[in-house]
Amino acid sequence: MTNSWTDIKNTDLVIIMGGNAAEAHPCGFKWVTEAKANRGAKLIVVDPRYNRSASVADYYAPIRQGSDIAFLMGLINWCIQNDKVQWAYTKAFTNASFLVKEGFEYHEGLFTGYDEEKRDYNRDTWEYEIGPDGYAVVDDTLTHPRCVWNLLKQHVSIYTPELVERICGTPKDKFLHIAEMVGECSSPTKTMTSMYALGWTQHSKGAQNIRGMAMLQLILGNIGVRGGGMNALRGHSNIQGLTDLGLLSNMLPGYLNLPVDKEPDFATYMSTRGFKPLRPNQMSYWQNYRKFFVSFMKSMYGDAATAENDWAYHYLPKLDVPNYDILRMFERMKKGEINLYFCQGFNPLQAFPNRAKLSEGLSKLKLLVVMDPLQTETARFWEDHGVYNKTDPSSIQTEVIQLPTTCFAEDEGSLVNSGRWLQWHWPGGSPPGEARTDTWIMAQIHLRLKALYARDGGAFPDPIVNLNWSYKDPDEPTPEELAREMNGSALVDVFDPNDPTKKILEAGKQLPGFGVLRDDGTTASGCWIFSGCWTEAGNMMARRDNSDPGDTGAYLKWSFAWPANRRIIYNRASCDLEGKPWDPSRKLIEWDGAKWTGYDVPDIAPTAKPGDVGPFIMNAEGSGRLFVRKMMRDGPFPVHYEPFESPVANVIAPKIVGNPVSRVFKDDWKQFAQTASPDFPYAATTYRLTEHFHYWTKNNHVNSVLQPEQFVEISEELARDKGIALGGWVRVWSMRGSLFAKAVVTKRIKPMTIDGKIVHVVGIPIHWGFVGAARKGFPANVLTPFVGDANIETPEFKAFLVNIEASAGPAVS
Amino acid sequence: MNMELSRRSFLKTSGAGIAGTTLGAFGFGEAEAAVAAFIKPFHLANTTEARNTCTYCSVACGIIIFSKGDLRKGEKADIVHIEGDADHPTNRGTLCPKGAALRDIVKSETRLTQPMVRKPGSDRFEPISWDAALDKIAHAMKHDRDANFVATNKDGVTVNRWLTAGFLAASATTNETAFATYKVVRSTGMLGFDNQARV
Amino acid sequence: MFPPIPNPSVSPEAAKPRFGEKDILRRSASEVTPPAERLTEVAKLIDVSKCIGCKACQSACLEWNNLHEEIGFNHGVYTNPMDLTPDTFTLMRFTEWVNPETDNLEWLIRKDGCMHCEDPGCLKACPSPGAIVQYSNGIVDFQHENCIGCGYCIKGCPFNIPRISKVDHTAYKCTLCSDRVAVGQGPACQKACPTQAIVFGTKQEMKDWADFRIKDLKSRGFENAGLYDPQGVGGTHVMYVLHHADQPSIYANLPDNPRISPIVDAWKGVTKYVGLAAMGFAAAAGLLHYVVAGPNRVTAEDEENAQKLTEGKGPPSAPPPASPSGPAGHEGRAT
Repeated sequence: MTNSWTDIKNTDLVIIMGGNAAEAHPCGFKWVTEAKANRGAKLIVVDPRYNRSASVADYYAPIRQGSDIAFLMGLINWCIQNDKVQWAYTKAFTNASFLVKEGFEYHEGLFTGYDEEKRDYNRDTWEYEIGPDGYAVVDDTLTHPRCVWNLLKQHVSIYTPELVERICGTPKDKFLHIAEMVGECSSPTKTMTSMYALGWTQHSKGAQNIRGMAMLQLILGNIGVRGGGMNALRGHSNIQGLTDLGLLSNMLPGYLNLPVDKEPDFATYMSTRGFKPLRPNQMSYWQNYRKFFVSFMKSMYGDAATAENDWAYHYLPKLDVPNYDILRMFERMKKGEINLYFCQGFNPLQAFPNRAKLSEGLSKLKLLVVMDPLQTETARFWEDHGVYNKTDPSSIQTEVIQLPTTCFAEDEGSLVNSGRWLQWHWPGGSPPGEARTDTWIMAQIHLRLKALYARDGGAFPDPIVNLNWSYKDPDEPTPEELAREMNGSALVDVFDPNDPTKKILEAGKQLPGFGVLRDDGTTASGCWIFSGCWTEAGNMMARRDNSDPGDTGAYLKWSFAWPANRRIIYNRASCDLEGKPWDPSRKLIEWDGAKWTGYDVPDIAPTAKPGDVGPFIMNAEGSGRLFVRKMMRDGPFPVHYEPFESPVANVIAPKIVGNPVSRVFKDDWKQFAQTASPDFPYAATTYRLTEHFHYWTKNNHVNSVLQPEQFVEISEELARDKGIALGGWVRVWSMRGSLFAKAVVTKRIKPMTIDGKIVHVVGIPIHWGFVGAARKGFPANVLTPFVGDANIETPEFKAFLVNIEASAGPAVS
Repeated sequence: MNMELSRRSFLKTSGAGIAGTTLGAFGFGEAEAAVAAFIKPFHLANTTEARNTCTYCSVACGIIIFSKGDLRKGEKADIVHIEGDADHPTNRGTLCPKGAALRDIVKSETRLTQPMVRKPGSDRFEPISWDAALDKIAHAMKHDRDANFVATNKDGVTVNRWLTAGFLAASATTNETAFATYKVVRSTGMLGFDNQARV
Repeated sequence: MFPPIPNPSVSPEAAKPRFGEKDILRRSASEVTPPAERLTEVAKLIDVSKCIGCKACQSACLEWNNLHEEIGFNHGVYTNPMDLTPDTFTLMRFTEWVNPETDNLEWLIRKDGCMHCEDPGCLKACPSPGAIVQYSNGIVDFQHENCIGCGYCIKGCPFNIPRISKVDHTAYKCTLCSDRVAVGQGPACQKACPTQAIVFGTKQEMKDWADFRIKDLKSRGFENAGLYDPQGVGGTHVMYVLHHADQPSIYANLPDNPRISPIVDAWKGVTKYVGLAAMGFAAAAGLLHYVVAGPNRVTAEDEENAQKLTEGKGPPSAPPPASPSGPAGHEGRAT
């Protein structure tokens, strides 16, 4: 989230699209109902189903899953055509005026540089024109044909209300009604907030869905302001924290990234990470990358990371492919290329697509280690559960070790919420039986491995034996020790570079924040963005003062928010060019003539004059990007691409199947249904129900009571066509597998007309499996296709094709 | 451990100008000695409280865990109830249907309580000691890493990666656990390292 | 936001109930001397227009009251279980309704459960002394040790709420979490409710809050938004804000004009507190074997008498002819 849950109360318009906040985040959704009740705010829901969020919406419109980009580009087009643009904001705070290099073009779904064979682009032309002064060339009049604004205008011009209806199935009048509601928020005194979640990410163009809305929010002037923003609702309780900490195949903590093969040494690695400002005076905060990196390496390797050895740069593994993401890992597993796999609180057999492929992969491992508080299907993938998991255990040679762990109620530490608040918690119960904390288990594994390497040597033992593990009890580092380490400390006395007599940090003391980090090895910080969380003043994450001066919803004294305890990021953009709030009634910060002050921590240097420094300080431009340059694989602007399995051909580029740069493994192509396949005529989507949490609550009796048995949702029309009875059994199948479920026949799903063709939606809730208290059932991933987003490889769970028939139900064995 | 319960200081900003219920002062009069078998005893009396955060989604609702027994005194603590923390700015004491049933996930019958191993070809799990399980894991890692570690690529560039093992981290663990996990896993050179954010 | 009620205290001092026997206003099949001073009336307000049907209330109710509901089946709808049970004191009922005026689909979701009537039909119908009590704050509570499981409370209830347990053969329903209210807390469902569709306080506060909500709904085009506090049962201590208060029955058959069955009134009128009420007996007859011996035993003869008494009267479950109900200005729908 750019903003926070409590900030949503400040909005005038909530648009829920690509998510279902009432269903998946009920207590956060409270702030929508508060905005409605107290500010007269309106709620728009755009979704294939009239869902729980829609039940309390002011306006609902249907949309076919997988067509969001057409809708969003349609909104941008409508706003441009109808002058619903916050001009002062757009001109000053976005890259609208930047000129794009000559040679950049877009034709029928593809940008310049596409290589069909590689399924990739040469992105050289997706860049600004750089002037002789070394800065990007801009045209403040927005008249140059190659300025971002005119390219954008041109790019979105095809997405007329008629085309939106044709692609999305959203009736034109409903689309226009929403466009008008959204357009009102181009006023500096009206804001819209976007609440989205997996309904946007789980597509082969998920990242571009989100960009589409971010671009709209920029031209409406809704980023950085109270009641605005791009608010990713996020899933698990610490999914934000694990992302922040870089537990991803290509990341280091704090959004630094791992080196690749093309970066053999530290100098080469840093050469592309200079982040030189693209406009005069811009902060381009990533210029501090080296400080963050070196401080991380000091945290990781202590004395073994030295200036002489490039801070142990070679200890880090290098990537030969963009990602060793989970889809790639299961592909390799299936090929017999993985021997050992660990699942810590993760149930991939249920959570990734094409279960048959996943099972095959797991069966080829030598050892699977599962650490979990609960039973999981993954740990028992070899167990025969008849129709629900048909196996022959004697033929599966994988050894499985299942380790019992503590859960939230038995451990201490911090979690990062969607609004980036790091909140500390305390244990309330004793662990059951022999369950141990994950930290203890990881310590045991490390200490044993280290002892083996110290004794016997082996392949490059250095990073293991030199790992900084200086905890009081090496067997189990305490949460306090680890939190202090992430915050960081001074390793020696540190002096002011401008005044060497002035000591600014004392050796051994906790750092006050990332602003004091050094790139000379004198500071350590495990995760620079968390710096400030445990300072000399103590554990800032445990703060519990819920006062809220000005009633802004900021709660600055409650816990700690990264970065720097800031609650709304880009908040400089809440003020105009003179530094006065766009909306005085919703003041967040302001320029008092000498510095920035207000209710939030300013997201700008405190004395940076309003006219000089742009509000998007992490960007080299200083502005928000309508044109994202070469930073995304599938284009600098979003384009409507159909899902890989689609009931219709792409009307703007009929030859393109799916996202033209998504990675697809060879065998998986064969398991996709053809476009408009008569064998798989129905557009399916998967989602979670409010009564359940993914696959966990199968282990909870109460949640199993509230929604006990697997079902799918279909329209009354489809039920009639297929002779399916309310509450009767159906079989649903795709190219990859099939499941049995009960039928919820509902008015909340309606057939849609897409490009002249009637398309029926089949809704498939997730939850069921073969362990736990709940009735046995099928995970939805028996059906879903093995393909992910072109940039980050999140699986396309939200849009694929199935068939359905009335059934007698699963044969009970 | 900061167990100090802060005072509620939310501003009273209800649109109808209601400052909150006068329920507590209902005119019940002095709390008299239990009049009754009539009213069920309030079963949180004499329990120990711990402030925690709901384990499910990232709304991160504040919760209070009520237990018999006090961990801070070194006692065993048995959780009797979990409910929302009214002092928490986000949830104000509310919980969703998952959060409201948190006690039952902590005390689920399918909680794991001892290390188990499923041997190749077996159709069952059998108990194994922690030591044996961890030794087995460490040896398997060392064996596989030594056999498959890629120190340099075909161009002779030092790459120091281990591609035949992978690790999925849990996005419901704490930052502190995640950081310890990061250090241990990354130090081995493993690249197939992800968490639920990938889904 | 209706300001949250502070967290419960765990101190033994604070856990002493602040009302009890001395505050009993009515007691089934018994004469009581009403307390000299009545407690402030409490109420739970359920704002249907804010409800997202998440079932947090159902979950919290099961947890707080340590109830063990069975894991059921799907019957083609979101409602689960399909009806109130001895373990499900509260239930979200889902109705897909197409508004004939706008042709828009509305998903009406109503939390069903005991309404804690000011004039409680269950208590009036109950033949067993002290099995049902009403406190002067409005809470109607069942006392299981006095319950004979005859099921008359079900027939007496205009909302069809109590259910008889097959385990201990006594009647169960929402207690309004009397154990929580007694220590200054709100009921568990109210505390959990994510959107504050459920709020709890004094009845007057709840009416004021409802006014605030109704104004908002009217501003959004729900001209008939209103409060459901049916006067046919003397008003209730569980009230609804409805967007269509002119048509309560579209909300999963919420009675338009609930009244205590005339049979109960008639029978009680004759028998006073002799302890032998009877009506709709068939439903409870099977449980007679379980009835404790004593003055509360209902015989077939009693039943016959009851039948005679009610001859010529409408069937007990059908509501009487319509008359205005609900708050002033909100006419009940004529049926």
